[in-house]
Formats: sequence, structure tokens, C-alpha cells
Amino acid sequence: MQVVYKRPSALQDNYFKYCGGCGHAIINKLIAEIIDEKGWLGDTIMVWPIGCSVYADQYFKTDSICALHGRAPALATGIKRALPRNLVVVYQGDGDMVSEGMSEIIHSAIRGEKFSVIFVNNAIYGMTGGQMAPTTLEGQKTSTTPYGKSVANEGAPVNMAELLSNITGCIYSERVAVNSPRNIAMTKKAIKKSLELQMEGKGMSFVEILSPCPTGWGLKPLKSLDFVEDNMIPVYPLGVFKDTEVDH
Amino acid sequence: MNIVKIEFDRCKECHYCMKFCPKKILVNGDKINKQGYYTPIITDMEECIACGTCARVCPEGAIEVMKDVVELRRQ
Amino acid sequence: MGEKVFMQGNAALSESAIRAGCKMFFGYPITPSSEMPEYYAEQAPGRDLVFVQAETEVAAFNMIAGAAAAGKRAMTGTAGPGFSLGQEAMSYMTAAGLPAVIVNVMRPGPADGEILASQGDYFQATKGGGHGDYNVICLTPYSVQEQVDMIREAFDLAEKYLNPVILLSDATLAKMRENVELPSETVTKEISFEGAVTGAKNRVHNVITTCGDGPVQWEAFNLRLQEKFQTIRENEQQWENIQTEDAKIVIVAFGSVARVALDTVKLARENGLKVGMIRPKRVWPFPEKAFKDMDDKKFFVVELNAGQMVEDVKLSVKNKEDVQFYGRLGGFTPTPVELYETIREWYPK
Repeated sequence: MQVVYKRPSALQDNYFKYCGGCGHAIINKLIAEIIDEKGWLGDTIMVWPIGCSVYADQYFKTDSICALHGRAPALATGIKRALPRNLVVVYQGDGDMVSEGMSEIIHSAIRGEKFSVIFVNNAIYGMTGGQMAPTTLEGQKTSTTPYGKSVANEGAPVNMAELLSNITGCIYSERVAVNSPRNIAMTKKAIKKSLELQMEGKGMSFVEILSPCPTGWGLKPLKSLDFVEDNMIPVYPLGVFKDTEVDH
Repeated sequence: MNIVKIEFDRCKECHYCMKFCPKKILVNGDKINKQGYYTPIITDMEECIACGTCARVCPEGAIEVMKDVVELRRQ
Repeated sequence: MGEKVFMQGNAALSESAIRAGCKMFFGYPITPSSEMPEYYAEQAPGRDLVFVQAETEVAAFNMIAGAAAAGKRAMTGTAGPGFSLGQEAMSYMTAAGLPAVIVNVMRPGPADGEILASQGDYFQATKGGGHGDYNVICLTPYSVQEQVDMIREAFDLAEKYLNPVILLSDATLAKMRENVELPSETVTKEISFEGAVTGAKNRVHNVITTCGDGPVQWEAFNLRLQEKFQTIRENEQQWENIQTEDAKIVIVAFGSVARVALDTVKLARENGLKVGMIRPKRVWPFPEKAFKDMDDKKFFVVELNAGQMVEDVKLSVKNKEDVQFYGRLGGFTPTPVELYETIREWYPK
């Protein structure tokens, strides 16, 4: 019998605490698969955010550090500058990166820090109970926008992949999604590209991943996949926004 | 025969495997697991083509897929 | 025997840190501490140093946390407003057990205030400026030599207890130039502590996190931290006694104003008043032991603030009515004559 798929060994045996259908679970799994395939377990230092993935250090067999809210890129700057040959992976959600940590991510890109950034965009603050995020869509109902997010009062959604692609120090920026097998395969390819760039000594590379949040959105998991497709992708188009190796 | 193994207690009943299985052989189960969810069951393992899609979409990593290579060679 | 030089406080402290094996500096320019990042930037080529000018102090404090977490000696230097920005990170580094070193060059607040000497960050540094139950060892030099010696000590203390350490300087100490002997040996350490996140090669993986896992675990964690702080309280108090044995009045002062107090002791004794001094060399743990067997004396606390350390002095003596306070604000430092005349007013005998 040939193994077609087996749970990655870079993951521990415990159950994820994520909700059923959560995009974080899929993305965590993809990272673990790549670490397995490339044999990078001993090189990896995961930098986790405050958010639904705050306990992800419990799921991985890699060295992990959980940062203060928004500060993962600053913490990772210290780590990567201290250990330039390690694989330092910054993992953040939309509250952590786009709100609290907007300064840190922009400046890490400005300085061109040579680490990989995985940005999980689920258009909401999951962990704290479903409040609005800067990435929440216009009209989307959340616990702090119960009548629907209004551009006039709260602002329009912010496109991080495009924003960072405009900063010289960001050498690669792509947006993908995990709402279908095809998109999951594209996401794996993008994450792998980002990690490979780092191991080649290049960076900063940025992968934004549109992710379903069934609980936050009040939708059953399958319906949340549709929400990503029908509502998020039109506002957050998939694709590569910057690839300095190809762009010139 | 290809084999799909679902770790019964790890499933959270998101139904992604059921939706994306190209052979439509995964259906909702009727036994509740330790976490309180109904783990899907396979209706007809003979129909499985070992594409691995169910395993790749499963957020929990609860599914293992094995391809029967011996059978392939016999063909 | 190290080389003898005539050097500025900030620069000498930085040179000493480099020789203590601190090759990484992350900081944001702020008066009166900017010579520290400037020194590291200037020295970086050829000495294998890492200098990052962070975008904010919030970032700088988190960067040293990261470098420390990766097992390297790392330092930041800042002043009041920047130190305030770093408080969440102070709480974090203590909870995470990270041995980073922070230099705070005090200047008058509140808010942006002024840029001369002050000691107004005493509460913030010693009572824990961030949230939660935590403490940080706080060293208080009063000369360029002490800055050189204590910054080296800071890294050892931080690693001994796996706790961040603050060196409290002020604008006067930072900017003044004095003769100083620099350490002759440079510390070389591969990794500063065992639980560092360096990549789990040939070992079980390390996790550094400050998020609790329920009240049982978190209470146990806090009790362990408190035990550590108690050990530090018992073993790490440090102070200097100057002519206290026969003194009727004991001045209590730290940092730059302690130098003025030293001259005040001389002036008072010349005028027939038996004055001595207790000079805390560390203000956390506060040197309570210094006040034992001094029940018959009166205490004159001088600070460059509205009265902060005086509270700890009152807690340490038998009779708090025997404690008087004199302070200057705005960036002024009193003169020995000013202090002597004030003492005379309050203790005419």
C-alpha cells in the first residue's frame, strides 16, 4: 500500500482546538506538511500571534514562541537577526496584523526582514467573539457592527497583499484561499514558495490566505466556504501581486 | 482496494470531505464521537480512487488515504 | 587591568555592554539616550554587531525579547516616554522568562516634559510599570564607572534569574564624561539559556508562551514567579553605607543626586553635624536590610521627583515619622548647600 496522504508528523497528536471547518486548521496542516517534506523541523521557529491560533504552539513539534498582540514581526526581527539561518515563520490573523500590529508589519517590510509571513484573513476577530476587523467587508454584521459595517463610520476593508507589495523590502506578495481543494493546493504552493525564499536567504515574503470562520460568521462550515468565494474573493482578489524574481 | 481511514474521534463534522469527494462516497455518519460530532462514513470503499482530496481538505488531518499499488500493477 | 579612558556615560555603557557579549542592540532615538544606538551603529562594522533602529519603542522592546528568546544577549536604551511604551513588553519578558537588558535614561515627566536629569520613573521601574504581578531587578549606578560595571552585571543577573533587568540612568549620568576603566575581557557565549528557541535540532522542542491554560496552571505559574522574586529579594539587595555608623541623620539617595548627597555629607560634617548616607545600588530589590539597626537615626530622602523612593524608605524603617523628603522637579538638581541648609532647617540641633 502506498501512502497518498497521512497526517503530518510535524504535528503533535492532540486535537486542534479550532472550530470545525476553521481555515487555521487547514493552514496549520499545510505548514506542517511542508516542514515534513523539506525536513525543516529542526530549523523552524514559529512565531504565533494572539488570536484563535494562540495555542498553535501546542500543535507543532517545532520551537515556538507566542508574541504579544501585533508584535510578532518585531519579535521575529529579533529572532531572525539573532539566528539568520533558521526558518522563522511569522503567523498572524487580521486583528493581530492589520489592527494592533500594522506598524510592525509595515516596518518589517520596509526593513526587508528576511522572514516569511503567513497572514490569515477571515474578515473578523474570531478569538474575542466575532468583532469587526479592518478586513471586515462593507455591510458585514459583526458583534461591533451589528447593523453592518459602514464605510463612512468604520472604513473600507484593507487589502494587505497589495499594500505590502508596494514596499520595496517585500519581495514576494501573494493572496490565496483555503475554500476548495484547488485553492488549498495553491495555498500550499504559495507557503512553500515563501519558506523556500527564506531558506535561500531572501525576504520578506508575504502570503495572505482568505480563511473561513464559520463560528464568527454564523454560518455552517460548507456555507462559510461559499462566503469566501462569493463575498471575499471579489474584494480580495487572488493572485501574485509581487514577485521580484520575475517582475523585472 | 484503496483505503480511507478516518480517525473517528478527531472529526468535527465540517463536511468538507463529503463535499469535495469526486466519487461522492463519503456521507454523514450516525455515530457520535468523543467531541460530540457525527463522523462521516464511507459508503463504498471499492469506488475510492485514492485521490486524497478528502484527506487534504480535512482541517483536522483526521483522514489517511492509502493506494493499493498491488492491484494497480495487476491491471 | 582594562584600558583607562575618558568617556561619556552612554557611550561607556554601550562599550561595556559590547564587551559583555551583547552584540545586539535594538532601539529608537530619544534624548538623552540616543548615544547608545549611535554607538552601536558606529561600532557595528568589524565588530560583528547587529544594530536595528526600530520604528518605535514598542517594536524595540519586542525585538530584544525576540533576540533574547533566541538565546542572544540583547539590549535596548530609551528614556521615560519610550520606557512607558515598552511596559507591555516588560510584563511579557518577565512572564516569558527572557533575560534581556533595558537601559532607561530618566528625564522629567510626566509626558514629554524636559530632557535634564530626573528620577521620576522610579515607581514605574520598581513597582512594575506593566500589568500583572511581576518585578524586574533595577540597577542604579551613580558614575560612569558604575554604569560600565553594572551593565556587565545586568546580563549575568538576567541570565541567573531568567528575568529582564533594568539599568536606571538619568540625563546627567548619561551625558557626563569621567575617567573609567573598561573591562579587559569580552564575554563570548554561544547561547544565553537552555530554553531558548533556536530550532529543535536533536532535542525536544522549546515553547515560549505567556498565555495561561486555565486558573490552576496560571496560579501555579505565578506562585513560581513570586518564589523567584522572593529569592531575589533575599539575595540581591545592594547598597553602600557612607559614614552611617555615628550619623544622626542619614541621607538616602541614588543615581546622580547621590553625588550631590555625598558632598552634602562632607559639608554637614565640616559644620559639626553628623550626617551619613545610604546609597542604594539597586532599587529593586529595595535594600531594606540597609535600614536594620538604624532605629535611632533620622532619614533625609533626596530624589529628583515628587517623592517615590521615600515610600520604600518609610516601609523599611521603624518609625516613618523619622523620614523627611526633599525633591526637585523639572530637571533641576539641588546643590550640596541647598541640601545642607534644608537638613539644618528640619533638624536644627
